[in-house]
Amino acid sequence: MQVPAQFEYARAQSVSHALSLLDRYGPEARVVAGGHSLIPMMKLRLAQPEALIDINDLSELSRIEVEGGELVIGALVRHAELLASAPATGLFPIFQDAERVIADPIVRNRGTVGGSLCQGDPSEDLSAVFAALRATAIIEGGDGRRSVPIRDFHEGPYETAVQAGELLIELRVPATPGTGSAYVKVERRVGDWAVAAAGAVLSVAGGVIERAGIGLTAVGAEHFCAPEAEEYLTGREPGEEAFAEAGRIAAEHCSPQPDQRGPADYKRHLAAELTARALRTAMERI
Amino acid sequence: MQVTITVNGLPYTREVEPRLLLVHFLRDELNLTGTHWGCDTSNCGVCTVQLDGVPVKSCTVLAVMADGHEVTTVEGLERDGELDAVQKGFMECHGLQCGFCTPGMLLTARWLLDREPHPDEGTIREAISGQLCRCTGYENIVKSIQRAAEL
Repeated sequence: MQVPAQFEYARAQSVSHALSLLDRYGPEARVVAGGHSLIPMMKLRLAQPEALIDINDLSELSRIEVEGGELVIGALVRHAELLASAPATGLFPIFQDAERVIADPIVRNRGTVGGSLCQGDPSEDLSAVFAALRATAIIEGGDGRRSVPIRDFHEGPYETAVQAGELLIELRVPATPGTGSAYVKVERRVGDWAVAAAGAVLSVAGGVIERAGIGLTAVGAEHFCAPEAEEYLTGREPGEEAFAEAGRIAAEHCSPQPDQRGPADYKRHLAAELTARALRTAMERI
Repeated sequence: MQVTITVNGLPYTREVEPRLLLVHFLRDELNLTGTHWGCDTSNCGVCTVQLDGVPVKSCTVLAVMADGHEVTTVEGLERDGELDAVQKGFMECHGLQCGFCTPGMLLTARWLLDREPHPDEGTIREAISGQLCRCTGYENIVKSIQRAAEL
């Protein structure tokens, strides 16, 4: 039987209450929402927080709305809710592509968007999705709210910009019309972590690529993105040749680690191929 | 700490440690052993129960997180001595062999049919994709859920 070490538990009634609880319990406290990353780690004693602050009652963090030209996704939005959200998937089908292959439907009923991002697992899918979309993370602490570009959010494996005493509130994505997006993942079996995956976001103006966003999962891409490949694409005519070259550049700049999911050269091959496929599908969806 | 969790319509108040998992609260505190306990890693789905009407894996929910909420287990599916349609469907179509995955399958099936009364096969397979049948009896599980939709 896997049993977590002992901890204290407190349920937050509001964001300010959650922040005061985080302040009271100190840096060894952890926020719990869906718990589908944290609780398994606690059961394996890989994580031993002294206290859990439960934010499941903070309905103000559950919204998905378009507001002032931005799509706002609350940190407490469940994976299943994002998958079913017409405003989110209508603007950005990349959310549907990714959410359909995150774990399984029962896990998606409980796990949250904010929890996935804050866990900062290198194989987690939404990190690359939001990186491709160039989202902004809104973080609140004792000194108020601050905005962090998502590409500065992940500071390393399992490390994020959310500091002790702070809470991730929501993600904001510029709701640019005329954008195409897609996410492609290779997994060993349904619901597994990615062997590798790629997300792409494209907008085209005057026959050339105006803006490209590329996110990479599980291949050791810094900040889950591929800026060199994005730069290559910008100003170019969209097409097979450009997409294949962008894939090649993206693969060149990542550093996959061999593990039970595959050797490094296979993952690098996937990074190139999946980047090209995601770009192709994103282009078709514009 | 003290929690009050409504299980199958009845409120239960117990003193529990925060680290107690919901699956063990149901099995060990309430003796509701219909909820099974399998992989302990939220993969196999035999511990699936409904939390506020939504299927969740109870090995990855703390009992304290369910304080003030409603849980439905397989014991709560029958109404006034009458089996639920999903239970009848599994009986009629041989939807179980060893029965280990069955309680979780039934609760997910009930949830699916509540949302989508006549799901196609693909929808059913997607809905149960987070639950493992050790007997690999998926064909009959799918048929059982299709039968339940007719009942």
